[in-house]
Amino acid sequence: MSEPINKSRRRAAIATAAVPGVVLGGAIVAPLVTSMTPSERAKAAGAPVEVDISNIKPGEKLNVEWRGKVVWVMKRTPEQIASLGTIPASQLIDADSKGSEQPGYVDKKTRSITPDLVVMEGVCTHLGCSPVAKLTPGELGNDWQGGFYCPCHGSKFDVAGRVFTGSPAPKNLAVPPHKIDGTRLVIGLSQDGKEA
Amino acid sequence: MASKQPSMFTNPVMRWVDERFPVTGLMKEHLTEYYAPKNFNFWYYFGSLALLVLVLQIVTGIFLTMNYKPDANYAFGSVEYIMRDVDYGWLIRYMHSTGASMFFVVVYLHMCRGLIYGSYRKPRELVWIFGCLIYLCLMAEAFFGYLLPWGQMSFWGAQVIVNLFAAVPFIGPDLAVWIRGDYSVGDATLNRFFAFHVIALPLVLLGLVAAHIIALHEVGSNNPDGVEIKQGPKGNRWSKDAPADGIPFHPYFTVKDIVGVVVFLMIFSAIVFFAPEMGGYFLEHNNFVPADPLKTPDHIAPVWYFTPFYSILRAIPPIFGSQFPGVIGMGLATLIFFALPWLDRGSVRSIRYRGTKWKTWFTIFIVCFLVLGYLGVKPTTVWGQFGDWASFLDTKDRATWIARLCTILYFAFFFLMPWYTATDKSKPVPSRITFGDKVAPAAGE
Repeated sequence: MSEPINKSRRRAAIATAAVPGVVLGGAIVAPLVTSMTPSERAKAAGAPVEVDISNIKPGEKLNVEWRGKVVWVMKRTPEQIASLGTIPASQLIDADSKGSEQPGYVDKKTRSITPDLVVMEGVCTHLGCSPVAKLTPGELGNDWQGGFYCPCHGSKFDVAGRVFTGSPAPKNLAVPPHKIDGTRLVIGLSQDGKEA
Repeated sequence: MASKQPSMFTNPVMRWVDERFPVTGLMKEHLTEYYAPKNFNFWYYFGSLALLVLVLQIVTGIFLTMNYKPDANYAFGSVEYIMRDVDYGWLIRYMHSTGASMFFVVVYLHMCRGLIYGSYRKPRELVWIFGCLIYLCLMAEAFFGYLLPWGQMSFWGAQVIVNLFAAVPFIGPDLAVWIRGDYSVGDATLNRFFAFHVIALPLVLLGLVAAHIIALHEVGSNNPDGVEIKQGPKGNRWSKDAPADGIPFHPYFTVKDIVGVVVFLMIFSAIVFFAPEMGGYFLEHNNFVPADPLKTPDHIAPVWYFTPFYSILRAIPPIFGSQFPGVIGMGLATLIFFALPWLDRGSVRSIRYRGTKWKTWFTIFIVCFLVLGYLGVKPTTVWGQFGDWASFLDTKDRATWIARLCTILYFAFFFLMPWYTATDKSKPVPSRITFGDKVAPAAGE
């Protein structure tokens, strides 16, 4: 009882107990945090999607679900392809798609592998709403050549998903990795067949 | 905490309990010997009403979970089932949905009371901070709960809010996937939001409410005069050590609060029975359509209690192609309240003795908050557009520019506060509490 308290020994004991305590605490938290990441089933549902593109006519758009997102598969008419060249770069936030999301093998202006078939995520880069097709020229004002309009906050995009200035969306619509094989389109595989 | 006090009970069972658990001590400390200033007015109803709504939400929530199914395939149907087939299910659900909005009505008024009477100031900083935490917790609770009916607004509201986190530089996209548990809002998201809504956040909320009340009873309540009754003369008819201007919380304020409860429940019932959707403000029309991940509704807006912050988010333009500044602005607008006790350097607490500068800024703040709230439920085109002369602006929408002005003034109220409060000309504060212009008579006279 009368033995003096050895403070450094007491501190060492506390430290020896605290260090494994923190490690164990972390070991318990880590699985909890990791359990909130997408499950194996959710990842499997994110697998590539195959689409038959032989029946899409020029001017038609197909909605495909990939990873829970809408992906638009659209065959552009020659007029629509021509309209892309006439929009001045000053009216677009990112005319050459430098800061936007697309695989390296698509053209930065038409945002497609071939000029006619464009594959885009129908998800506004602002806050994730799905823009609506306003493809008729003049639908949104005299100089409107056709494109997409987001109903949530009014972002406007051209038929290549390039965003017009004055829109709250900061980037062009994303182009997912995709592979075209004759009449077969695979969304989620890149051109060289690797899974995204 | 409660020290051992002679039992107030004569009943032997209660005496037996009292020797083992401080029933007497707790009741005295928090009710019968908690002396609150006797000049509490209308504004002092909202604390107890918030507690009432909390209890209503917990009770109705428990009964809703008995029939609700947190599954993307069944959630919408199970809510319809509660509404149509469960006996009194409609009542329980409308009480819960009305309770959510009324919770915010009451809490906003309670916070406003804190602002006008300076209840956040020394020594009540922690009372205020616990209160701010309750408010944040409540917003999270409301957001998680709103996804559960799995309607169009539930879905797209969650989509937009979770995507706010995707705007965080570098880790944003991964963070958003982690929150959702999937690549888009889906079943995993619904399931975890259910877990947060029914267990995680209510637990935190109850703990914070307890801390809020314990901290309040430690420092004592403020009052419409902002006078510290503990520093005034001592002795009232119940105790010679208690503040002369204090009366026991029970029975005096419990009885007063019952009047508030009756009036509140009349309004509450009127909404539940006659206007549960409140014209689309309490339950949005689009939420009666099941969630469709492939189609966004034509106009989406958050529920009314989030709209001031949503307006701020929308008003701030993207900078360097990033949505992040808007997200920061919105976050800061909610977090800035925490700093209030240190931003206010005025010499008085209550609006009754504040000078012109504070009153002007406070009015500006309230107006801006309301205008932002209104604009948040409307599309940005609600007030039309500027003419062609405004082509050099990034947007011609008048409402966006008004929202920007209000956002600046909203923050100016806080950030300029150290200056305008320090230089304000306050009126002299009376030494005792008053009733409007009359000086309070001593208790028992």
